[in-house]
Amino acid sequence: MRWYWIDRFIEFESGRRAKAVKAVSLAEEHLHDHFPEYPVMPHTLIIEGVAQTGGLLVAEHNAFAEKVILAKVSQAEFNGEAMPGDILTYTTDVEYIKKDGAMVVGTVHRGQELFGQMELVFAHLQTGHETRTLYEPQTFLKMMRMLGAYDIGHADDGSPLVEPAEMFD
Amino acid sequence: MPTQEEIFEKIRVALVDALGVDDDEVTPEATLVGDLGAESIDFLDIVFRLEKAFDMSIPRGELFPEDILTNAEYIKDGKLTEAGLDEVRKRMPFADLEEFAKNPVVGDFGNLLTVADMCRFVETKLSSAG
Repeated sequence: MRWYWIDRFIEFESGRRAKAVKAVSLAEEHLHDHFPEYPVMPHTLIIEGVAQTGGLLVAEHNAFAEKVILAKVSQAEFNGEAMPGDILTYTTDVEYIKKDGAMVVGTVHRGQELFGQMELVFAHLQTGHETRTLYEPQTFLKMMRMLGAYDIGHADDGSPLVEPAEMFD
Repeated sequence: MPTQEEIFEKIRVALVDALGVDDDEVTPEATLVGDLGAESIDFLDIVFRLEKAFDMSIPRGELFPEDILTNAEYIKDGKLTEAGLDEVRKRMPFADLEEFAKNPVVGDFGNLLTVADMCRFVETKLSSAG
């Protein structure tokens, strides 16, 4: 199973906001394991999708120099269950990005309906260490590319978001 | 400058939001780690909420000088040395350290900070800024 819990970015404003969609499909195995014959998407996996949306937003703003990990779900509330066929939109807004971590506020919409909201805290691992490998940044970069962040994203100054090509070398 | 009650109320809100505790659990005597269950990552969250609530900047290590606890210069046999204690007293003038100083086991340090200490910390910062 691939650990991708969003399908595509539809908005990516560096350091400020990212929006991604998740199409819930009956082909996904997890829908069959949560409650047999009652396919609903576990809220924890929705949180993971929001965390991927916000985590990439934080990582990109730090030029992928930090290992961003979800450290804490301060709050999370849901108003229902996500079913096969639902298109969920995850919106993450940066509250802060600091040296040792970051916080984003996330919402989940199903169409116009506010379906869930949460606060997520990310930590930066190995901050200040000079010996980190580039493995993880590349993983993030590939995800960004696959999810279309560079097709629709904008940098701080409003110019199109550009892939840091040197990091793929 | 907000009153002591206003400071306490804002800190209560910050701790309730950051730690998911009930209002009435946040008493002045409650320790952040022992009574309210704060873990290390929570301090990042708490500090941010305090910065926002009081419109101030709190540099890392100011509220909780974790660097002292990992500095070999200040630790011997799992306890803070006199020099280490002096450093902590200097850095945390808002905290009551005397009970801890009797047996300054590093592992117990995390459980020092109380809600009242945090109120004094904020008061000191606000008055020095104002």
